[in-house]
Amino acid sequence: MDMKATKKKLGMKERYRVLTRDLGWEPGYQSKEAIFPYVRYEGIKVHDWDKWEDPFRLTMDAYWKYQAEKERKFYAIIDAHAQNNGHLNLTDARYLSALKIFLQAISPGEYAAHKGFARIGREFPGVGTQVACQMQAIDEIRHAQTQIHAMSNYNRYYDGFHAFADARDRIWYTSVARSFFDDAMSAGPFEFMIAIGFSFEYVLTNLLFVPFMSGAAYNGDMATVTFGFSAQSDEARHMTLGLECIKFMLEQDPDNLPIVQGWIDKWFWRGFRVLGLVSTMMDYMLPKRVMSWREAWEIYGVENGGALFRDLARYGIRPPKGWDDAEKAIDHMSHQFMLGLYQWSFGTAFHSWIPSDDDMAWLSAKYPDTFDRHYRPRWAHIKQLKAAGTPFKNYGLARLCQCCQLPCVFTEPGDPTLTCHRETVYKGEKYQFCSDGCKDIFEHEPEKYIQAWLPMPALFSELGGDVAAWMDWVSLRDGADNGDYDGSRDQRHFDEWRGLATSNL
Amino acid sequence: MQIDLRTVSIQPQRNAFDHLVRRFGDKPASRYQEGSYDIQAAENLHYRPTWDPDQQLYDAGITRIVMRDWYALKDPRQFYYSTYTLTRARQQDTTEANFAFVESRGLADRLAPELREAVLRLLVPLRHAAWGANQNNTFVCGYGFGTAFTQPCMYHAMDNLGIAQYLSRLGMMLGDVDALDAGKAAWLDGPAWQPLRRYVEDCMVVRDPFELFVAQNAALDGLLYPLVYARIVDGELSARGASAVAMLTQFMAEWFDETRKWVDAVLKAAAAESDHNREVLQGWMAHWNDRAAAALVPVVELVLGADADEAVAAQIAAFKARIHKTEISF
Repeated sequence: MDMKATKKKLGMKERYRVLTRDLGWEPGYQSKEAIFPYVRYEGIKVHDWDKWEDPFRLTMDAYWKYQAEKERKFYAIIDAHAQNNGHLNLTDARYLSALKIFLQAISPGEYAAHKGFARIGREFPGVGTQVACQMQAIDEIRHAQTQIHAMSNYNRYYDGFHAFADARDRIWYTSVARSFFDDAMSAGPFEFMIAIGFSFEYVLTNLLFVPFMSGAAYNGDMATVTFGFSAQSDEARHMTLGLECIKFMLEQDPDNLPIVQGWIDKWFWRGFRVLGLVSTMMDYMLPKRVMSWREAWEIYGVENGGALFRDLARYGIRPPKGWDDAEKAIDHMSHQFMLGLYQWSFGTAFHSWIPSDDDMAWLSAKYPDTFDRHYRPRWAHIKQLKAAGTPFKNYGLARLCQCCQLPCVFTEPGDPTLTCHRETVYKGEKYQFCSDGCKDIFEHEPEKYIQAWLPMPALFSELGGDVAAWMDWVSLRDGADNGDYDGSRDQRHFDEWRGLATSNL
Repeated sequence: MQIDLRTVSIQPQRNAFDHLVRRFGDKPASRYQEGSYDIQAAENLHYRPTWDPDQQLYDAGITRIVMRDWYALKDPRQFYYSTYTLTRARQQDTTEANFAFVESRGLADRLAPELREAVLRLLVPLRHAAWGANQNNTFVCGYGFGTAFTQPCMYHAMDNLGIAQYLSRLGMMLGDVDALDAGKAAWLDGPAWQPLRRYVEDCMVVRDPFELFVAQNAALDGLLYPLVYARIVDGELSARGASAVAMLTQFMAEWFDETRKWVDAVLKAAAAESDHNREVLQGWMAHWNDRAAAALVPVVELVLGADADEAVAAQIAAFKARIHKTEISF
C-alpha cells in the first residue's frame, strides 16, 4: 500500500494546531483549578481558550534555526566591534550616558519580562497562549543577555557600567523602571499581559526602541544598533502577541471590558513615566540627534497610538485616561528631567551636562513654545554658576512619587510655572505623587503601592543620610561614575584615545 | 605606511562587571558568566505578588531546598541563549536530514505493519508526556530562584516542546493525523497510559520548583528516556527491523545524554550544600522514582510484553547508580 497517497495534506494552520494545541488535554486526575490557580482572581472571564488565534506559527525546529542565524550574526559583529575598538567611532562619549541608563534600568526589565512570561506561559490554560508566552520568555532572556554582552566592552573602557547589577537593586533612578516591572509581575497573568505584552510592547516600545536604535546608528554605536536590529524580529512577534491577547480578552466576555480599560489607563501612564527618560536621551544625551522627543511622540504616540485606539474602539475601548495629560507634558518633560538629572548628578552612575549653545539653539527650534521661555533661562543661570566656580548641586533629596518613583519635578498639565504635586492619606499615612495619573493608580490599589521601596527614605533609614556610605552601598565611584561630563574621566579618555586613533601624536 | 593605531596603547580600565569580579576575581568574564550571574533582581523588591501575598516576587523560600547561593547550581554546559540556540540548530539540521532520509527512501512505508503499530502505540502518546514536561520546566524557570538554576529550565522546556513536535511529526510520517488522534485517545483513556498521565498531572500541581525539577527531570525522564529510546527504540525495535525509527528519535537519545549531565550537576551541588538538602532530595527521589517506575511498566509492556518488569528493574538499577554519584542515595 502506498501510504503517501492516502495521507491527509495539512495546511499551515492545521499543521500548527496539530504540533502545538493538540498536545494539551483536559486533565482528569487533577482539577483545572488546581493546575491553573491564578487565572480567575482578576475577574477576567474566558469561555473558550480555543478561540485564541495563534499570532505567529513558529515550531521549535524553525525557532532554533532562525534564532541561531541571528545569534551568529550578532556575536560576529560585536566581536569585531570589540576587537577594532569600535567605541572610538562614537560621535562623543557623552552618548554613553544613554547606554548606562539602558543597562542599569532597561536590561533588568528584559530579564523581568523573561521571568514574567515564563510564569504566565505556565499559568494560562490554553496551549496556544502558553506556547506564545514561552517563546517570548526565552526571547526576553536573549535580549537581556545580548544587551549585557554588547555593553560589556564599553564597561572595559568607560565608567558607569561596572555596577549595573548593584544599581538595579539599590540606586534611586533604576527604581523607576524596576517598580514598573515589579508592579507587572506582582499582578495576575492577564494584567501582566496588558502591562508588558500590550502597553509596553505594543503601545510604547516604538517610542523606546526606534529612537534608541536610531540614536545608536546616528552616533556610531554599532554594538547597540546590532542588538536592536537583532531583537526587532522578536519584537514584531511580541507586539502581535500583545495585540492578540487584548482582542482575545475583549472578545471572550463583555464583562472584561471595564477591567481591561482600567489596566490600559494604568499601564499607559506607568509606561509614559518610565519612557520619560527616553525624552531626555533624545533631546539632550545624543550628541547627534535623530529627532526631538516631540517629533517622536507625533509619529509613535499620536499617529500609531491613535490608529491603534481607533481600531480598538469597536470593542468599546477608549484611549487611555492620561493621554491628554501626556500630550501636555511632551514639550516640557525632557527639559525638566535633564535639569533634575544635572542637579542630582552627584548621585547618578552616568554623566549629565549643561547643553552647549548649539544644543540650545536646536532645542529652541524644536520646542519654540517652551524652551526659550521656561528652560533656557534656567540653563543660563546654571551655566553662570558653573563659570563662577560654584556649580549648581542639589544635595537635598528629591521627593519621590509613591507610584512611578520619579522625583516630583513635573509641572501642572496646564501651567508650566507650577510644580505638580498631589498627595493622599491612606490609613493615617500621607503619600506623595507627581501627577493625577499616579495618584489614581495608587488609590485604586493602595495596599500594593504602600509596599513600594522608596530609595530616598531608605538612604536615611539604612545609612543615616551618609552620602559617602550610600555611594559605597550602590557601588558608585565618586568622581568617576557621576557628575558633569565636562572634566570627567570618560571625556578625558575618549578624547585621548580618539586622538591616538586619528592623529600621529 | 598605514599605522594601525587603534590597537595601540588603549588601556582597558577594568576587566569585568563588579558582581563578576566579586565572584570570580579580577579577570575577564565569560559570556556565560555575564549572561547568568546575578542578573535576577535580588533586593528591595517593591510589591508582594497579588496572586500569592505570602511569597516574594523572587522567593527562595518556596522550595524546601536551601542554598546560601543559588548561583552555585551552575550548568556544566554553560548554556546561555546563544550557545543553547546554536547547539540545537545544529541538532535540528541533523534531525531534518534524518527525517528527509527516511521520507525520501520510503523507509517508514517499508516497516512491517505490526512494527509500525508498535512504534505508534509507544511513541505517539509520549508527545503529551513531553508537553507535560514542558509545563513543568516552564514552571521551574518561572518560580525557581537564581538565573543559573532557572535559565536552563527555560531551554529545557523549549526542548520538551521540540520533542513533542518531533514525536508528532514521527506519528504523522508513520501513520497520519489519525495516528495522533489514536495516540491522544490512548493517553486519555488507554489503561496502559493512565499511571503515567496521573504522574504528569500530579506534577502539575507541585509548586515547589525544586521538587518539580526532581520529579520531572530526574525521576521520570531519568527512566523514561533510557527505557523508551535506548532500550526499546535503539535496541528492541531496531533489532526487529525498525532502525529507521531510531533515526527519527536520534535527537531524543542525544538530548538525554547531554541534559542528564546538567541535571546531575544541579542535584550534586544542591546535595553537597547541606545534610538537610540531601535528606530532602533523598525523600523526593525515593517517592518520585517509585511512582515513575510503576507508571512506566505498563508503557514498556506495550512493546516488551512480559520483559517489561525486567527492563524497568534494570533501568532502576542503572538510574540509582547514576544518582548515587551525586551523593544522593535512595
